[in-house]
Amino acid sequence: MSTFQFEVVTQERTVVLTEVEYVSLPGEDGKFGVLKGHVPMMAALSLGVIEFGPLQGKRRKIALGGGFMEMHDDRLVVMANTAELAEEIDVLRARQAKERAERRLSDRRSDLDFTRAQLALQKALVRLKVAELD
Amino acid sequence: MGQSSREIKRRIASITSTQQITKAMEMVAAAKLRKAQETVVSTRPYFDRLSNSLAIVLDAAEKSGETLPEIAQTRSGNRHCLLVFTSDRGLAGGYNSSMIRQAEAFLREHPDTDMVIVGRKARDHFRRRNQTFLAEFVHLGDDPTLAQAQDISRVIFDFYEHGLFDKVTILYTEFINTVTHQVVLRDVLPIVPEELPEDNLSTGPTPLYLFEPSVNAVLETLIPLYLQAAVYRSLVEAKASELGARMNAMRNATDNAGELIEELNLTYNRARQAQITKEIAEIVGGADALQS
Repeated sequence: MSTFQFEVVTQERTVVLTEVEYVSLPGEDGKFGVLKGHVPMMAALSLGVIEFGPLQGKRRKIALGGGFMEMHDDRLVVMANTAELAEEIDVLRARQAKERAERRLSDRRSDLDFTRAQLALQKALVRLKVAELD
Repeated sequence: MGQSSREIKRRIASITSTQQITKAMEMVAAAKLRKAQETVVSTRPYFDRLSNSLAIVLDAAEKSGETLPEIAQTRSGNRHCLLVFTSDRGLAGGYNSSMIRQAEAFLREHPDTDMVIVGRKARDHFRRRNQTFLAEFVHLGDDPTLAQAQDISRVIFDFYEHGLFDKVTILYTEFINTVTHQVVLRDVLPIVPEELPEDNLSTGPTPLYLFEPSVNAVLETLIPLYLQAAVYRSLVEAKASELGARMNAMRNATDNAGELIEELNLTYNRARQAQITKEIAEIVGGADALQS
């Protein structure tokens, strides 16, 4: 088994700390994967899904609200803005957030903070994607 | 006796009930402090690690020869932003007043300063003096959350991005232990590499990193994250310090009340004794008068 250490932390807690064979991360230019023995690397991460686990077979998922990753000496650390494991996601709340964001985007008032509403919608979509594909 | 014994008794009762209140407040603060202390300890490693990474990225960015992203550049102007952390509630000894004193000293030194205020105490203080401030965050409760830190840091970051000020400084109280708290001024923006803690996580020379998608892009992601981490850490540290200060203040109050009660008890007993002696003397005197 060629595994390496994988850790996701937010300021409040350690979301996950485990040994994995493969991690897929949402980079700013698209998804990328990391295997054992990767060169030292730092990357900016955007809103999206992290998948981790065995090379083949069932992987676990994390909804990531942007952040930063660092890989060196076979230790991958993700410092996340926000991060939730699939099983921790409150699907009902995410659905409500999605509807709320859609509503706000559809009635275009002038005082609307457009980018924020869009961001909220994307966050909700990522959460739902992670939770329901599990 | 100067005071009637009934009056002394009333004072003892009043001080006793005050003592019960301060005792209860001390215990409440102690219980909350235990939780806050755990949060402080769990927050520090994240912040140190992030600062460490930031130092590496900044170093690499400077060596790459490209111009730094606008947000990482030092600005020539001299407009400051001061983020002040105080508590919502008082009865915490000198905690808030020393914070406010420091803030005022900063304002005297840097007249061109905009303030962002956390906590009702500082807000009320500066509002009474007709001092304006950019934003205020009050009623944050006893359990600081990441969402609160995100709100605060987003406001500051937006203003900073739009060039409202050139430097951002955080003023908060660092929690060292239950009785010791230290007022800290931390310059957070622009990032000054010397201000970042020494490399104490990785051993040996720093490896040559690959940056995805680019050094500057990584830097641009890290800076808001760093600000947010600094704000969150300050929130947590300030809360623990506040609770520690309150616990100590209340313990002192309880002790003082105890001393006062002891003293009053003595006075009361003396007064009672005098009263009895006086009555006996009167009776004896009366009996003598009847006999003769």
